[in-house]
Amino acid sequence: MTTTDPTLTGDHTTPTDGRSGPGDGTGTRGTRIIGIATIVAMGWLVAFGLGFSPEDRDQRESVRLLYVHVPTIWIAYLAFIVTAVASGLYFFGKKKSLGWDRLAGASAEIGTVFVAVTLVIGAMWGRLTWGVFWQWDARLTTTALLFVTYVGYLAVRRLGGTHEQRARRSAIIGMLAVLEIPLVHWSVRLWRSLHQDASVLDADGDVTMDGLMLFSLFVGVIAFSLLYLWLVIHRTRVMAMEDLLDDRLLDDAVAARRAESVGGRPSVRTSNHTSDRASDQVSDQEGTT
Amino acid sequence: MSVVELDDAVAVLGQFPALAGATLRVEAGEIVLLRGPNGAGKTTLLRLCAGLLPLVRGTGSVLGLDLTTHRESIRRTVGLLGHQNGLYLDLTVAENVRFWGSTVGASEGEMRSAMQRLDVADRLADVAVSRLSAGQKRRTALACLVARRAQLWLLDEPHAGLDASARDELDATLREASSAGATIVVASHELERAGNLATRAVDVIAGRVHDVVPGDPGAGNQDVVPGDPGAGNQA
Amino acid sequence: MSTLRIARLVAAKDLRIEWNSRVFVNQVLPFAGVTMVIFAFALDADSVLQRVAPGLVWLATMFSMLVLVQRAFAVETSDGALDALRVAGVDPRAIYLGKAVALGAQLLVLEVVLLFAAVVLYGQTIPAAGAVLLVITLISATCGLAAVGTLYGGLAAGFTGRETLLPLLTLPAVAPVLIGATRAVEAALGTAGAVVSDGWPWVGLLVVFAVAFGVGGALAFGPLIDE
Repeated sequence: MTTTDPTLTGDHTTPTDGRSGPGDGTGTRGTRIIGIATIVAMGWLVAFGLGFSPEDRDQRESVRLLYVHVPTIWIAYLAFIVTAVASGLYFFGKKKSLGWDRLAGASAEIGTVFVAVTLVIGAMWGRLTWGVFWQWDARLTTTALLFVTYVGYLAVRRLGGTHEQRARRSAIIGMLAVLEIPLVHWSVRLWRSLHQDASVLDADGDVTMDGLMLFSLFVGVIAFSLLYLWLVIHRTRVMAMEDLLDDRLLDDAVAARRAESVGGRPSVRTSNHTSDRASDQVSDQEGTT
Repeated sequence: MSVVELDDAVAVLGQFPALAGATLRVEAGEIVLLRGPNGAGKTTLLRLCAGLLPLVRGTGSVLGLDLTTHRESIRRTVGLLGHQNGLYLDLTVAENVRFWGSTVGASEGEMRSAMQRLDVADRLADVAVSRLSAGQKRRTALACLVARRAQLWLLDEPHAGLDASARDELDATLREASSAGATIVVASHELERAGNLATRAVDVIAGRVHDVVPGDPGAGNQDVVPGDPGAGNQA
Repeated sequence: MSTLRIARLVAAKDLRIEWNSRVFVNQVLPFAGVTMVIFAFALDADSVLQRVAPGLVWLATMFSMLVLVQRAFAVETSDGALDALRVAGVDPRAIYLGKAVALGAQLLVLEVVLLFAAVVLYGQTIPAAGAVLLVITLISATCGLAAVGTLYGGLAAGFTGRETLLPLLTLPAVAPVLIGATRAVEAALGTAGAVVSDGWPWVGLLVVFAVAFGVGGALAFGPLIDE
């Protein structure tokens, strides 16, 4: 029973949909469609966000930053939930398919980037609106901790070892990280609440933003969701290629090591070429009792 | 059912395939000597059989348990003495033996006798391990191993650091364990002494195992004359 | 052997190691004390110190905990004892429980000493009304800290770079404890007008945290220390 990943095929660049061959990269027909849709949606976002939607009564132009800031944090939450679910599917699954681990990792990477974007844009928005780059309120603090937590997750992914070891460790940390988020959120909420509470949905579930502004936000969510999807698919495929490369390198390393051991002695399993180095090793051994 | 069955086993240290397709059969009651240069993969082979390392390629089983799925169960049945001693440096000899013995449910008497066998009772019993010489630490680790009464003993250079009488005592302990039914795999550079002890020798070179009799890895080795370190390299 | 018995064995072993080596008493406690002193250098105003004293106590606890966890696993890896525990087939949940209990015991002692230091250095007083809240806060916060510390300590144990990986993983994870324990102690001590009843919701948070990470940790520890 060999543990080379059965979900990786030898000659293709992994994708299960669309057609592509070696040397084509990770794009397929599916991702091209998603990619184009993303560009179109981003175009709409620019049009509505910067053009058609009005300025806010109080925040004026700086409200436009929200059309990026809010979608990115929502998508980040989605990304981390995907990470946790994929981690669970890997860890508790019978087959232990590494594809889930790669999805978890890719989603976490993209989620972390999105959180960073959220924080940066949020800081800009805060500076423009409140005059300060940062506030220690419930939402921002939770977001900052979210960022650091997943930086930790990514560090754990890079600890090395076999792919199965990486997958198992990361799956556990991925599931624990998601457990932390409500705990952190609860504690921070209990502690403070200055942030714009329910700025989009108030207590009754009615929207408080102007119609066109809400629409722009909606476009933003669609656009960033498509972007996330596109990025995750590509990143997962790249990871699959990286893992495939690791497997190949290991095969090469095993073959190179086997070649060292040949020569100078009869043996069932080795191929039949002798090498001087191996016999030197053997005769060295004879010399030193 | 062999005690150890490895087929083309690959195990890695980091990215390096320390074992690059090792095939080995060890039958019950054997004492197998692993010979080979440093870096050959002897330590990795022992750790793999102990269930500490994952099997990356190939198949393997120890005491009938699959190395890919039942590593935890395998561990309980084996005793490993690695390069390190597995001791708590700030505890005394007696405290160490008592702890390790208790984890396997050994009785007070068994632990005491293990300590006496390895001559770490009496004078040394209440000395902190950090204050012992390398040889004394080794003997303490062996006492812990003896107290475990494992079915498969895996020893990595057990004679290193021991003086002549301690080595004799170790050999006697191993013979006794073997006649009590344990199977032993020893990696050693002490070819004469370990050759005397072993029923069979194999060479581990560059991550692979070379049995001295080609074509029949399970057989005893007629070519090796015990005590003759050069034997087995001809043929 | 039952898991609880082995856990007790492991906890006793850890505490005996501490007793023999005195690292906790000779190094960790002084380190914690020094942090309390240098906070005063940085903050330089009695009124400020008095206001933030509970927070400083928990900060000093967190930093000292990192040292304690590193130490707890250094004794396991310095001579390959953790590997030996794995080969011995000892139930990892028992190892986790035992080490967490030993860590928690040391943390409790540490926190009491730090509170005492806060009384002396930062002019704190402990009103009788807040005593019960204080004790319960200490216990529940300690359980949470020990649970997280042992878990991530086990993960980081085998790796180079563990000195930085451990804080990176642990500090964000224990943020709820830092927030909750500080607020609860403020309530117990009456800092900045807080009243004892303010503290109980925070204790609830601490208990939930301890249970969540205690259970999660016990389950996750085995796979995490394995290769």
